[in-house]
Amino acid sequence: MMEVDNGRDDMSIDGQSLGNGVPGGFNASYLKLYYGKLFPYADIFKWLSYGNDGKHPACDKSYFGRREFSFTLDNDIYLRFQSVNNEFELENTIKEKCPFKIDIGPVYSVDPAKRHAYSQSGDNVFTPVERELIFDIDISDYDNVRYCCSGADVCLDCWPLMTVAIKVIDASLRDDFGFNHILWVFSGRRGVHCWVCDGKARRLTNEQRAAIADYFRVYKGNENSNKRVSLTGPVLHPFLVRSYTEVLKDFFETKLLSSQNLFSTEERYGKILEMIPDESVTSELQGKWQNNKRSSISKEDINLVRWEQLKHSLQSGQKKAQGLRRCVEEIVFSFTYPRIDMEVSKHMNHLLKAPFCIHPKTGRVCVPIDPKHCEEFDPTVVPTLSQLLEELNMGGVGADDDKECDRTSLGKSLSFFRSSFLRPLLKSCKEEMESLHNAKLQQSKNSLSW
Amino acid sequence: MEIVRPQWKPPSNDVVPTLPLYRSAPALEVRLEDFELYAMDRLRVLKGISDGLSRGKKPEEMEKLVNDLWKINMRHPQALEVLNKDVISHFVLRLVYCRTEDLRKWFLSMETALFRNRFRLLTADAQRALLAEFGLPYRVVARAEFEGVKEKLVQVTRSIGQPILSSDVIFYKVPFEEVPELVAGRRVFICKGHAYVAMNQVVSLVVTQFRSLLSKALILTNRKWTSMIREQEKDRLTPIVEALCSSYLGPDYSQPKEFAEISIKDFDLVAKSSFPLCMRHLFEKLREDHHLKHGGRMQLGLFLKGVGLKLDDALAFWKAEFSQKVGGERFDKEYAYSIRHNYGREGKRTDYTPYSCQKIISSTPGVGDHHGCPYRHFSEENLRAALCRMGVNGGAVEDVMDKVRNRHYQLACTLTFEAIHGLSCDAGINHPNQYFSDSQKTLKVKNHSSEQGESIGD
Repeated sequence: MMEVDNGRDDMSIDGQSLGNGVPGGFNASYLKLYYGKLFPYADIFKWLSYGNDGKHPACDKSYFGRREFSFTLDNDIYLRFQSVNNEFELENTIKEKCPFKIDIGPVYSVDPAKRHAYSQSGDNVFTPVERELIFDIDISDYDNVRYCCSGADVCLDCWPLMTVAIKVIDASLRDDFGFNHILWVFSGRRGVHCWVCDGKARRLTNEQRAAIADYFRVYKGNENSNKRVSLTGPVLHPFLVRSYTEVLKDFFETKLLSSQNLFSTEERYGKILEMIPDESVTSELQGKWQNNKRSSISKEDINLVRWEQLKHSLQSGQKKAQGLRRCVEEIVFSFTYPRIDMEVSKHMNHLLKAPFCIHPKTGRVCVPIDPKHCEEFDPTVVPTLSQLLEELNMGGVGADDDKECDRTSLGKSLSFFRSSFLRPLLKSCKEEMESLHNAKLQQSKNSLSW
Repeated sequence: MEIVRPQWKPPSNDVVPTLPLYRSAPALEVRLEDFELYAMDRLRVLKGISDGLSRGKKPEEMEKLVNDLWKINMRHPQALEVLNKDVISHFVLRLVYCRTEDLRKWFLSMETALFRNRFRLLTADAQRALLAEFGLPYRVVARAEFEGVKEKLVQVTRSIGQPILSSDVIFYKVPFEEVPELVAGRRVFICKGHAYVAMNQVVSLVVTQFRSLLSKALILTNRKWTSMIREQEKDRLTPIVEALCSSYLGPDYSQPKEFAEISIKDFDLVAKSSFPLCMRHLFEKLREDHHLKHGGRMQLGLFLKGVGLKLDDALAFWKAEFSQKVGGERFDKEYAYSIRHNYGREGKRTDYTPYSCQKIISSTPGVGDHHGCPYRHFSEENLRAALCRMGVNGGAVEDVMDKVRNRHYQLACTLTFEAIHGLSCDAGINHPNQYFSDSQKTLKVKNHSSEQGESIGD
């Protein structure tokens, strides 16, 4: 019989002692403990208030209450259009409902719980008014280019595809679009989510979101086409050039080629040769490689060797048409370029899982990822629910609640969240609010003297 | 017409932009005649554009066409009145063309095309002033900044397959949110939230804005029209508005300028060489059946009047035919009256004008009728046969049939004209008498030059 340290309610969990290591995995009682002691309500509240929880006259007290949450409960019961007015209600609702998944939706024009009182058109409308710009990248969308895993699995050979996606998109969001307050979060199992929280981003229309998603779109894949990346034009757009030279080329050549053994078998290199529209080139390469099954070049990785041969075939000699030369980039892009879920980004009303949730299938926490050090992120060692509870248990007696999470592995994630994301964001929100407020005051002064 | 006060005052000291945005109805008084005349002049421009577009003219050709059309039709003796005419004519036509979905669509397309071409013809300064007027947050990229991003701009320009920019191509800097389509297609360089938009891209953006504004305005105008204006103005403006969109705008051939020295004896020859298909068909049927029903008599009869056939000759001509069927006496009793009527010698003495293509196309020939427009009213088989008999050969027939399928009946007739006469007819056929006089002109020139040739050869 296990007893929780702080002397509150006795909780019996699976009849196993925490001290011997809690079995991995996810269940309602563990989740209850997590929501009881570890889930960062205050941080989530502060984040999603964007400064409106302060005392400034420009603060909109209704703002947080107009945000939609959705809860997936045990037995797949799904509750949409939930809303809470403040941190206190947020905490109570989550503790009471103990949701298996929490999704965050947009901020609506009115409290979503009261939406039926409003019409669909005309003046008094129920409609999203603000929503972070979000991206969802899932490694199962890359199944046709990874051989180590498929579906829900992920390992350290294929995870770097996510790292690359983060690097490319993050750089563009900052350098091209001028966004600053970007939160990357581990989805808990096999992907990453991105939350762009600048005011400008939250106020983007659906059309503008779709435009950004299209700007990022290169891969147009489905089973029917051989070539799913088509890069036309005498030169590439600077965004694509930068992505290629700074991230993709190097990753492909130094990591992916070998980790996925892209040229090691006829089936595998066949897929790549299919992307080359010139039969003389492909048959030449095919011939070389078919006869070279057990080659004497044992020291050098066969993938690297064949890749060099392919590049040489495509790029050397003046007779090669520009389209053929471009195949090299197209191949690299089709394997490595980020594949975002377009639908998630395009619509303001799309829901996305909240950071710091626990993934029901893996028990892992959806922790933030530092884009500046994303190569160091290892999805296989992300803290799990059972691990956290064990850490809690071992943490000592009568410690005060606020510091409890710091005793666990969650502490590091939270401190990163606060220092790298939340603090700069809230500072900027405050400044924006003040300047907007001052501008309004100035305007009304002017109109008085008119 | 309800005069609406403009919602903004144009900046008094600044240069008035040469291209109005038609954002609000002008607070001007308009004379009733000008109300109609200005609108008709503008309508000629819009119809000319429509014609040019359906002929598939290239952008450079359209630019020139628009420039010419505008210069010819939208002049005004007083320079200050030119702008007023522009604005007034636009708003009158809004009333005319707001009334159905199809009309709105047509008007929107033509006005947008007009705007696009006029914008392109403005000076760079005028263009910039217009952008400012649109309230678009576009800033010209300063020289120093331009040098810094020039390489990237060249890259983007090349990546979308445009010719390399010369050093005086202007770029505008604008928040990326303003140009979602360009962002989506990666057709602009973006840096720190700003998109660098090339001048030619700006044109399409401005035009999109214009189109969207006008589209909304037309819906509002329609509401006002149906709820208020149409009834209020039923004795004054409404009849004018309702007649405008179906008006024929060319010469009416009621007074044939050149006395066509054609005697009845020459009719058969002239019919073959210079009559448009509609009249040729009627003529042939008349020769064949010695009779035509009322619709055919009107259409052909007035046409012949426009050709220059005098009343006495007309009476003789029709009698010669009809009497072979119904007898001379019956002709005098039953048919002569209406011929005189056409010439304004009977009844209310209206001098009826020959029908335009528009009118002929919209007629509804029934059983036993031969009037109407063959390009519209004939079956494909019959039309092909008729074209062949006219001397239009294989390839040209297909072009004509293509126009017919797309319901461009007048263009089909124009192509027929071009095929038979061996030269192009840029203005397009709008009136059977125009066909006839153009044809006669062409033949005169040909005869003249061949005569000359002969005499030189001798």
